Amino acid sequence: MPQFLDLMPIMPEILLTTLALLLLLADAILKKRGAGAIGGLSIFGLLSTIIGVYYLYDNKMPVIFSGMFSADNFSLFFKFIFLISAILTILISFKYIKVRDINIGEYYILILFATIGMMIMASGTDLISIYVSLELMAMSTYILAGIERQRATSNESAMKYFILGAFSSALLLYGISFVYGITGTTNLEKVAAYLSNTPENNMAVVLSLILLVSAFAFKIAAVPFHMWTPDVYQGAPTPITGFMSAGSKAAGFAVLLRFLFTGMPSLQNEWITIIIVLSILTMTVGNIAAIVQTNIKRMLAFSSIAHAGYLLIAVVTVSDIGLSSILLYLLIYAFMNMGAFGVVSMVQKKTGEGGQIDDYKGLAKVYPFGAFMMLLFLFSLTGIPPTAGFIGKFYIFAAAVKKDLIELAVIGVINSAISAYYYLRVIMYMYMKEPEEDVVLEKSAAMTAALVISAVFVLSFIIYSEPVVNNITKAVSGLIR
Amino acid sequence: MPNILSIITFLPLLGAVLLLFLLNNKSKDSVKGFALIISILTFFVSLGMLYNFNPATHQMQMIEKYDWIPSFGIQYYLGVDGISVLMILLTTFLSVVAVLASWKAIEERVKEYMISLLVLETGMLGVFVSLDFFLFYIFWELMLIPMYLIIGVWGGPRKLYAAVKFFLYTLAGSVLILLGILALYFAGGKTFDILMLSSVRFAYDLQWWVFLAFFIGFAIKVPMFPFHTWLPDAHVEAPTAGSIILAGVLLKMGAYGFLRFSLPMLPEAVFVFMPLILWLSIIAIIYGALVAMIQPDLKKLIAYSSVSHMGFVMLGIFALTQQGVEGGIIQMVNHGIVTGALFLCVGIIYERTHTRLIADYGGIAKVIPKFAIFFSIFSLASIGLPGMNGFIGEFMILLGAFVSKYVLKTMVVLASLGIILGAAYMLWMYQRVAFGEITNEENKHLPDIDLRETLLLVSLAIFVFWIGVYPEPFLNILHATVANLIQQVSGAVMVAGQ
Repeated sequence: MPQFLDLMPIMPEILLTTLALLLLLADAILKKRGAGAIGGLSIFGLLSTIIGVYYLYDNKMPVIFSGMFSADNFSLFFKFIFLISAILTILISFKYIKVRDINIGEYYILILFATIGMMIMASGTDLISIYVSLELMAMSTYILAGIERQRATSNESAMKYFILGAFSSALLLYGISFVYGITGTTNLEKVAAYLSNTPENNMAVVLSLILLVSAFAFKIAAVPFHMWTPDVYQGAPTPITGFMSAGSKAAGFAVLLRFLFTGMPSLQNEWITIIIVLSILTMTVGNIAAIVQTNIKRMLAFSSIAHAGYLLIAVVTVSDIGLSSILLYLLIYAFMNMGAFGVVSMVQKKTGEGGQIDDYKGLAKVYPFGAFMMLLFLFSLTGIPPTAGFIGKFYIFAAAVKKDLIELAVIGVINSAISAYYYLRVIMYMYMKEPEEDVVLEKSAAMTAALVISAVFVLSFIIYSEPVVNNITKAVSGLIR
Repeated sequence: MPNILSIITFLPLLGAVLLLFLLNNKSKDSVKGFALIISILTFFVSLGMLYNFNPATHQMQMIEKYDWIPSFGIQYYLGVDGISVLMILLTTFLSVVAVLASWKAIEERVKEYMISLLVLETGMLGVFVSLDFFLFYIFWELMLIPMYLIIGVWGGPRKLYAAVKFFLYTLAGSVLILLGILALYFAGGKTFDILMLSSVRFAYDLQWWVFLAFFIGFAIKVPMFPFHTWLPDAHVEAPTAGSIILAGVLLKMGAYGFLRFSLPMLPEAVFVFMPLILWLSIIAIIYGALVAMIQPDLKKLIAYSSVSHMGFVMLGIFALTQQGVEGGIIQMVNHGIVTGALFLCVGIIYERTHTRLIADYGGIAKVIPKFAIFFSIFSLASIGLPGMNGFIGEFMILLGAFVSKYVLKTMVVLASLGIILGAAYMLWMYQRVAFGEITNEENKHLPDIDLRETLLLVSLAIFVFWIGVYPEPFLNILHATVANLIQQVSGAVMVAGQ
């Protein structure tokens, strides 16, 4: 087979990388003047990549690079999620970075590189390709978190993220070395084959499982590996926070699922126990900690931790419906969460750090459109029908009930009722309190577009969810064996 | 008319959408007028539904059935039987009342208010017409958002606390209902079809657990003792129209849930939980009446009387006799009309005096005699004076409970005691408000009710006497449906007993 065709499955990533490199060059020539154009071109590139990814759907020979990379439907669906998150992130960024004087081309280019990293992560079927792409994503987001150099909290955010991220990478590498030492391979399929042929699980295998799960748990911000999340989310530029919570988290889940279901199916009993504990802790700690937050970004950080907990319930089900519910939820989460962060990045106080829940007092009077959008996204995050968030939760709990994980489902729904408290508080501030003087709104056409896109999705998804769900079901079939 | 149920259900929502885009807050009167037209239109369409309804059969009628999410067996499936027809009529009627009741009371953010009210109406109607569990749940939760906003934005001084409490209580119950629904879905052959699930015989253990989940969810909504604490707060803080809808329709949701789901789907569990529910109902009747007696606030008094009255409803339903269940359903309608009317009365004088404390009134019958007449009519109807609708409901419930083999005679005696207590707190309240010397100087020059208010009160009073004197047209709608329901429940248990 000719060499060129072999590259087909990775073509979207190659094209996006080429574009990103060209933009980097253009940025060097145009300096600060061209930043806006680079943002526009990035959106264009991401949209074309979506088309490319769509074109690859259902391709017959997805695996290339001797089994290191697979563009199967599972990964392609995740790529949609990453690309959509990236587009929404850029749309809500234009005004934000202009106002804060960080209007530089690198900002957009780093988002592109992070997206490329996520895409390869989702396709990675070898621990090495997973590690490399994970680092690409992580490095880009470290810089993005700290790109607001003038602001101390942004620096703090980048620093914390980097140090703890490096620590988790070390765990990951350490785990990979164990796996390699035991099985003699880093390819997930071969690891699985080796492990299933050796009936007794020695401690080293379990240890490597724990190390790797911990590293991935760090990426999806599962308790107790969540310590970095609130500080990093609070300090990072708001659009980037949204990007991390929607994109990076989805990428973390893609890798976690791939690793558990393709690489370690024979250790199912061991990892199910681990994930159950993680799930309960993550939901409960996330929700309870979110209640006491006064900063909206911290609150959304803890809420995103809690959402990871719901998703872990679905992992425990080890079923096709459970897996589909994860993909579905991450797609919905990308829209509703990016929408919420869009509004958050718009509301700014004239003085001080901003991002306090207090700033939202009376927003419905000052800016009814923005307040209504926020209301929609918050109800969706709570999981109230007819918003898309409900459909996501519905599928997760359906999967849990189907597998008789009633206790876990009950803990999940109680948590979701608890979460209503802090989401409602923001709505209460927006609609039921009087506005304060010194809040400015950084409106822009791109922002409005992003909010409207997300809102339309959140509201109308319930009507046309069927084809999406069918596609997802097809995408995850075969992952569990 | 084809798809009449869809039209009834979504007409208010359509109105809300049009309102959102077409009108702005500057023309308050046209916003109110538009909402009124939509709600009246919905009411007329629902009368058309009544005209098409055939009371001779218990089968679901005017069915609409389309696939929606086939991979999950979810359908867009609507239909009505006798119980839902009455509830729909109650809802569309009280929605008109609610819009009119807000005419003067709401002056701020009128457009948002009317949108909330119309979305709420769609949610309520959707609950009563859904024959698909998934669809039902969507409407069930859809009601939460507008009601939360109505209490929280247009409510009284402690509105924030009341709104959040209302939302969290109901949501906590709802999510348990969702789990119950899912459990039935998987055990009942992967269908959300409510009729199909009603004919499945579930294993006893499953029934027990699902009944518990449903019980918590519906009992919060009814509200049954001891899940009632959100109600007084929500009622007191809500604007008048919010209270009318809350008491008139939202409280019926819980009882409707028991009738539609718990009884036919989980009959064996019904008989296990029955003593608990009956005793809780008796406690609610007595406790609600006693607490109502000492309330200094008019709205709170009516709120606690609701707890007491809903206790009667639950007693009737779980007596599982023809008279008991029919009485329970009629009492649901009665309570909706009478309590709605009482809240309206309180709203009317509150708009004039800006106080709801009983102590601030006294002797107002001399100042505003027309108002006092209506207020007395509804107070007496609430007590259950013969010739008025409350009497019919309570009489049938007590009769049904007395002949029921499941209800202890002690319970019936205690429930009758509740009626006496009801007369005590209502009459005492009326006496302190309307009779005696005018104690408050400011009350000496109150304007009497105007045309709009008179029309509202008259229309409500018509039903008070109609049901009180000649309830047969209303009961006629119920006979076949209720007979079938009781057959279903006791039949299933007899099979199990053999």
